[in-house]
Amino acid sequence: MAMAGSEQNKIPQPLWLLCELTYACPLQCPYCSNPVEMAKVKNEIATDDWIRVLREARKMGATQLGFSGGEPLTRPDLEELIAEARQLGFYTNLITSGIGMDEKRIKAFKKAGLDHIQVSFQASTEDLNNLIAGTDAFEHKKEMARLVKKYGYPMVLCFVLHRRNEDQIRDILDLCVALEADYVELATTQYYGWAYHNREQLLPTKAQLAHAEIVAKEYQEKLEGKMKIYYVIPDYFEDRPKKCMDGWGKVFLTITPEGTALPCHAARQLPGLEFPNVKDHSVDWIWNESPDFQKYRGLGWMKEPCLSCDEKEKDLGGCRCQAYMLTGDATNADPVCSKSPYHSKITDLVDRVDELAGTPELEEKPMVFRNMKNSREIIKKKSSETA
Amino acid sequence: MLKDETDKAIGPDVIPTFASTHRLQWEEAQDCHVILYPEGMVKLNPTSAEILQQCDGEKDVKTIIEDLQKKYSGADLEEDILKFLEVAHGNGWIRTK
Ligand code: SF4
Ligand code: SF4
Repeated sequence: MAMAGSEQNKIPQPLWLLCELTYACPLQCPYCSNPVEMAKVKNEIATDDWIRVLREARKMGATQLGFSGGEPLTRPDLEELIAEARQLGFYTNLITSGIGMDEKRIKAFKKAGLDHIQVSFQASTEDLNNLIAGTDAFEHKKEMARLVKKYGYPMVLCFVLHRRNEDQIRDILDLCVALEADYVELATTQYYGWAYHNREQLLPTKAQLAHAEIVAKEYQEKLEGKMKIYYVIPDYFEDRPKKCMDGWGKVFLTITPEGTALPCHAARQLPGLEFPNVKDHSVDWIWNESPDFQKYRGLGWMKEPCLSCDEKEKDLGGCRCQAYMLTGDATNADPVCSKSPYHSKITDLVDRVDELAGTPELEEKPMVFRNMKNSREIIKKKSSETA
Repeated sequence: MLKDETDKAIGPDVIPTFASTHRLQWEEAQDCHVILYPEGMVKLNPTSAEILQQCDGEKDVKTIIEDLQKKYSGADLEEDILKFLEVAHGNGWIRTK
């Protein structure tokens, strides 16, 4: 048997396909993981391109499918894509803020074969929710959550936690109970994209986290078997990194609005990637052959301290994007790791926030909201810096 | 809620239904049946898949056990099936009435 063939058989095939259909979004969450330079993206790929992506990925064995964005509801072909996904046998998840949704559409999605809808909330109270979302959305979201239930979808509610809402965790969970959620994701802010820009404004204090953990546990126990609550301690507060995306090019495949294929939705910022586009290549080639998907697959790219570390199989050196953002070199250990010489970059920030939380120096620092205007300004600033 | 007060504990007269919020399907790439649910997938061995396929909301547990024992020429499967149904119920894969 040819070597190439047997080698290729060892590459695990993608199980999870995330289609970021668009960067358009009526909300402006300051923790959004979309790239801050999103205003550069002009052309979204067409319905036919998406359908081809779905077919190819499904053929390779992908089962879980997420339609996200931006706000996927802004794509008028969403119903058509859902129907195609269902017919192919995907388990399809619509990840939405709920803005732009109404009963008619929820019904149409059900008919098309959508499996579940994940509605994201910004907070448990109207004021804070609307402040963070940058728009008036709270009541509408609650209404959408009720309709999700009415049409028999499993209800998945997602709250992104950070310093401004972390202390509301009890109210958040009570709201989930009141809405009869099946699954609750207490997502930690991931410090990429806009969130990285706003990290001082968003990072919780250690005391807040300790409290949140206790409350999350309490509800997990109380609601066992009824409501599944996912809660993960943010990696900034740990001394070992997470096995990012379960491994580079191992499980996840993200396609961006203009058709770029990425091993993770934050990877776009990494230098030296070629960004294969689904308009030019098959999904199979991108996953199995493209230099990008090989680049950090497995352990071959590592250097010290990861290279000789006996934990490297466990976390694969953590997140490449975090390594790059905080150390300037994507082949370094994720600085979350206490073995990283850059670990203090994380602990200093955590300590700084702990010290200054509640003081004007930190709390009055304005958040940069995620919108096209701010994106264009950031792009302009960056290009004048490099010019 | 994945389960509520109306759900009964697994026993011979209880009628299990595969949860409408989950999907049971054959996966060619995995070469097995899987359960799909929000954020996850569970691979099933052939016996587990077969038990779940019996959870049609009409047959009670007693009948399911009888049918499967008949199919497997009288083997005593009662304990295994009950145990598995309890796990399945605990995970929200089936609802009971
Ligand atoms: S995080 Fe907020 S701003 Fe970003 S896509 Fe989602 S809803 Fe829109
Ligand atoms: S040194 Fe690298 S491989 Fe070892 S625990 Fe830290 S990040 Fe993981």
